[in-house]
Amino acid sequence: MIRRATLAVAAAAVIASVLLWALTIPEIVPASALPPRAPDLENGKVMFDIGGCASCHATPNADASKIVRTQLGGGLALQSPFGTFYVPNISPDATDGIGAWSEADFVTAMWKGTSPRGRHLFPAFPYPSYQHIRLDDVRDLFAYLKTLPPVSGRVRRHDLAFPFHIRRLVGLWKLLFFHGGPFTPDPAQSAQINRGAYLVNGPGHCAECHSPRNFLGAIIDSERFAGGPAADGKGWVPNITPAGLRRSAEDNVAWSPKDVASYLGDGFDPSGDYVGGAMIDVIRNTSLLPAADLAAIGAYVASLPPRQGPKPPAKK
Amino acid sequence: MIRTVFAIATIGLGLSAAIAQQDPIAARKALMKANGDQAKIGVAMIKGETPFDIEKAHKIFSAFEDAAAKMPSLFPDNSKEGGETAADPKIWANMDDVKARFAKFGVDAKDADSKVTDLDSFKAAFGNIGKNDCGGCHEQYRIKKS
Repeated sequence: MIRRATLAVAAAAVIASVLLWALTIPEIVPASALPPRAPDLENGKVMFDIGGCASCHATPNADASKIVRTQLGGGLALQSPFGTFYVPNISPDATDGIGAWSEADFVTAMWKGTSPRGRHLFPAFPYPSYQHIRLDDVRDLFAYLKTLPPVSGRVRRHDLAFPFHIRRLVGLWKLLFFHGGPFTPDPAQSAQINRGAYLVNGPGHCAECHSPRNFLGAIIDSERFAGGPAADGKGWVPNITPAGLRRSAEDNVAWSPKDVASYLGDGFDPSGDYVGGAMIDVIRNTSLLPAADLAAIGAYVASLPPRQGPKPPAKK
Repeated sequence: MIRTVFAIATIGLGLSAAIAQQDPIAARKALMKANGDQAKIGVAMIKGETPFDIEKAHKIFSAFEDAAAKMPSLFPDNSKEGGETAADPKIWANMDDVKARFAKFGVDAKDADSKVTDLDSFKAAFGNIGKNDCGGCHEQYRIKKS
């Protein structure tokens, strides 16, 4: 009797593990899913700028003004509650960068968070946002990256605490938190708001910093864009819903679409203050965007539903 | 009459110098606030909320020039902490760089002031100062307080 029960439990455990293993197999996008297409390099550059690729992947320098946005040698250390991630080299170098990647490898990384070796990538690489990028835009971005100079030098391995370094576990994380697919426009909204929603939620990945996360590092959807503690534990990322973006102490109304567009374009907020902190580097990217895209982002961000997020600590 | 004005002006100057000496942190903040108040006017003109006004444009750049001239002497060693300062302690380790940046800020503001003629030239000059002068220093030397 006992033996039979033990056997049943063991069998259930085996079935569960096989099932779990199968469910956490990294997904890929096959080359056959990519019809022939001539890349649009100009659009690829727009994707590069809104995607903020340079902010993490450009070779770091203590003097930020010396960083070359197109030298994507990687190496920046990203602190997180799970350990330190070292940003990889995504320059077209064939041995150390992504020079040997196929287009399908790139689409797979961006859409599925899977490496060319078929392993899960850690979501410090914001593929939960990048999965929303349209196929043509991903392909244009890849073509643009290929035009940048190769940088040699392989980046050191991530330094993560047990058990977070086990890549297979990322498969479980994906089961729980990684859903969606390419952006679909909301027919009830204007073309401009849809363009803004696409840029903000897809390539712009604004929510990745501007949202609070749960204990497994996934964005809390009900508080998306409502701000929260910075992932590296230093400081606070502001709420960018109309509940958080107020023009100034004297002029306590929400930012207008123009306020948002102007801020992302030249770095001055409506109170006249110049951007500080990590956002300076974001502005370095967004200041290069076409005016129509900045206006679209402004229209979308100013139309977000007001949401309250976690309470920031009292100002020091 | 003129004498009174001079006297008051002298007292005023002396007073603000004394305040600066006594409380450099408050003086720094007041100058940065003045920059921000002027920049606010500039941003409103760029956004088209208020019409472009060349007098306002000149006033903005001369306020920047004024701040750039006064700021370098406002970082004595005893002003590293207190008064809710957002100044990064790195400033005191890199004083030459900080002073060079303020000097460049002053030169850029003066240059902008002499070149501005219309909204487009204002936009370009104002944007450059933001990116190269405000941004460069805020990134290196301002502690984020949000």
